[in-house]
Amino acid sequence: MTRQPLLTFTDRGIFCPEGGFYIDPWRPVDRALITHGHSDHARPGHRSYLSTEAAAPVIRHRLGPIQLETVAYGAPQQIGAVTVSFHPAGHVPGSAQIRVERGGEVWVVSGDYKTEVDGLSEPFEPVRCNTFISECTFGLPVFRWAPQAEVMARINRWWAANAAEGRVSILGAYALGKAQRLMLGIDQTIGPLLTHGAVEETTAILRAQGYPLPATTRVTAGIDAKSHPGALVIAPPGAEATPWANRFGAFASAFASGWMQIRGIRRRRGASTGFVVSDHADWPGLNAAIRETGASRVYVTHGYTQVFRRWLAEQGYDAGIVATEYEGEGIETAAEGMIEEPGP
Amino acid sequence: MKRFARLFAALDATTRTSEKTSALADYFRDAPEEDRLWTIALLSGRRPKRAVTATELAQWAAEAADLPYWLFEETYPVVGDLAETIALILPPPDQAQAQGLSEHLTTLVRLTGRPAEERKQAILSAWAGMEQDERFLFNKLITGGFRMGVSQGLMTRALAQATGLPETELAHRLMGDWTPARTSYAALILSNEGTGAGAQPYPFALASPLEADPAALGPPADWFAEWKWDGIRGQLVNRRGAFALWSRGEDLVTDRFPEFAPLADFLPEGTVIDGEVLAWRGETPLPFAALQTRIGRKTVPKKVLAEAPARLLAYDLLEADGRDLRAAPFAERRARLEEIVAALPAGLPLGLSPEVSFMDWSTLAETRQGARDAVAEGLMLKRRSSAYFTGRKRGDWWKWKLDPFTVDAVMLYAQAGHGRRASLFTDFTFAVRDGDQLVPFAKAYSGLTDEEFAEITRWVRQNTLERFGPVRRVTPELVFELAFEGIQASTRHKSGIALRFPRMLRWRRDKPVTEIDTLDGLKTLLATTSGHVHPSNTGA
Repeated sequence: MTRQPLLTFTDRGIFCPEGGFYIDPWRPVDRALITHGHSDHARPGHRSYLSTEAAAPVIRHRLGPIQLETVAYGAPQQIGAVTVSFHPAGHVPGSAQIRVERGGEVWVVSGDYKTEVDGLSEPFEPVRCNTFISECTFGLPVFRWAPQAEVMARINRWWAANAAEGRVSILGAYALGKAQRLMLGIDQTIGPLLTHGAVEETTAILRAQGYPLPATTRVTAGIDAKSHPGALVIAPPGAEATPWANRFGAFASAFASGWMQIRGIRRRRGASTGFVVSDHADWPGLNAAIRETGASRVYVTHGYTQVFRRWLAEQGYDAGIVATEYEGEGIETAAEGMIEEPGP
Repeated sequence: MKRFARLFAALDATTRTSEKTSALADYFRDAPEEDRLWTIALLSGRRPKRAVTATELAQWAAEAADLPYWLFEETYPVVGDLAETIALILPPPDQAQAQGLSEHLTTLVRLTGRPAEERKQAILSAWAGMEQDERFLFNKLITGGFRMGVSQGLMTRALAQATGLPETELAHRLMGDWTPARTSYAALILSNEGTGAGAQPYPFALASPLEADPAALGPPADWFAEWKWDGIRGQLVNRRGAFALWSRGEDLVTDRFPEFAPLADFLPEGTVIDGEVLAWRGETPLPFAALQTRIGRKTVPKKVLAEAPARLLAYDLLEADGRDLRAAPFAERRARLEEIVAALPAGLPLGLSPEVSFMDWSTLAETRQGARDAVAEGLMLKRRSSAYFTGRKRGDWWKWKLDPFTVDAVMLYAQAGHGRRASLFTDFTFAVRDGDQLVPFAKAYSGLTDEEFAEITRWVRQNTLERFGPVRRVTPELVFELAFEGIQASTRHKSGIALRFPRMLRWRRDKPVTEIDTLDGLKTLLATTSGHVHPSNTGA
């Protein structure tokens, strides 16, 4: 008798029939296991939530009064007929891969992940499994990231040059993860460090959790180019194009994202500078992570799924695609992130 | 190459003209002279012949990166630029080389026509010695389509800053048929001996589109009007021992229009005429489509010569008796031009572009409505006191074109764009109705805002019916109003028609696909316009 698969793919998201739970579902369900606090993974409306302890404060902040249980990294938990544990994904602080086991068969859902150690997020931990469900936001060979130190040095040079010209620098970065990674990585001696309100909220939560974040000053009335000359302002992407930014006069702006690897996408942003900093695995990272799981079967999701699946099949994997709702090739996310104000 | 890469980075980092100019001027001061010369050549559209095809480059790069070719092909449309895709996938350099721009370009020139294996080895070894930014530029030099966000005017200004020479003088020195192989920086820029031949043209003066009410231009008596002819802008140079016809793109096209050769014997020595080359029969010009059969041909068969004989309609006189007249008022230049044309014997393929006289702006507006009957695109307005300026300068010369034709059509296929539109769906194929069929008839990729393209991109992803490589067949649902300048019969297209300059005028969110225009409507338009009857728009 063939048993049904450990995880199945439904129109609400990834479902575990024997555990009765969903992983990062996009429609309301009874029980949701959440890999991390980004709004496309942690959605409102579920009856109960389970996440890592480290991810919980941000999720609570974003979703309000929800029924949320937490679990430590690596701690196994029995849910129905399966054993579940959360393992660091290296994507943002608190982010996890979710391991599901039933009688020796192991599936791992990667959530979003990156393999490079960013100095802030709990470093990615390869988890051995039979079936790996991997994101592939940057699953094309043109996406290869330079080491973090190199990119930080570039950002420092840009900031220092702007400061020398008497200009404020506005650096666009997603409010959870990227923003804090940057503030930790840059050279704080160059000038004052300011944050947009949306960034500061998340930063304060993570700081209170004990993540080693530097002191920052939230941009409020009275804070401008005169009060903080040569400052670096970390803000959600797009904020530099709103009236909020007027207080900084003739500022320089930049955006930190993996999409900045593509010149055409950079150029769409006009005069602003692009720094290639991603919280997702690059091409070598994806391939290495998949190899290290030892999985023979890989499902890909979020990103260039068709191309990446074919590539994996040629590498000898039993490879498939998990469709998600509203999924385009990942670049769509970038286009939206750049044009519209990002979510909280 | 590093110095050139630094220049490129500096140009790329800013949209301010003053910063671009100063970056370029610095380069013209401190880069090696050979590199300066090559940079001038590249920025003025003088690219070396393509030594390697795009496919070869792609295949060699995939091989060097140890990736299957299909993966390269899938990746390219996401990046939207071949040179960049290659630069991004190649493994890191193994040894640094310090070859300059001119050395790389000289190598490329030398490689042209060599066996594939030799070219491949040369390209692979060049890649192996370069960083990513240098590779990108190197590939761009090979693949063409290389824009550095620098117009020729901006380059000339930078050169003027670097050398202290006047801009107009430099613009003139840069015209013509020179190549870096046959001249040097010193000869071309500093002493102007670069071209050797005396057939050098002047920079063309260009008109700006008139969008405001012409009444705002002032008294009609200050203005000269003529038809805006729909041909190829050309400059005819007749000097001692030199006779040449230049296109606006500074291509030497003398040999493509052998019927002009007799003019060398009849025009006075030291004459330069600006005009429009048109296909001509009897007393009237033929539509642009007739001239199109002549473009792109190096030699002209007798049949084509007989079917589409060319004529030059003269607009302006830039040089007479060997003297540069460009600073003189248009009225004076035009009077001299009329004398020269009047003195020519009959039967030569050169005539005046006739003046369209008018007393007031409203009668001229009416005359303009008849432009299509005159086989013209609209009217040209030139201030009688204007100098023949270099390039585009607003205020003295205006083109007042007719409104385009329009048609409502539905999107059938979508493809991702290039460059700054990488991975946005911006290139669309459109269909009109033919009974219960939808017949594709035109492609267009401009006219919408970035926001509209982003919205359509999301829509395309959710409404893809089929994928053919980078092309998506989509649900025929989105209706657009296309504008176009002309229509002609075509045996190459299933629809039997081809449009001139189609572009999107508007996204018609209000129109259902059942209300788009029909192929019959377009065919009627084709029949009426080729019969020189004033057309009515097909659009509803």
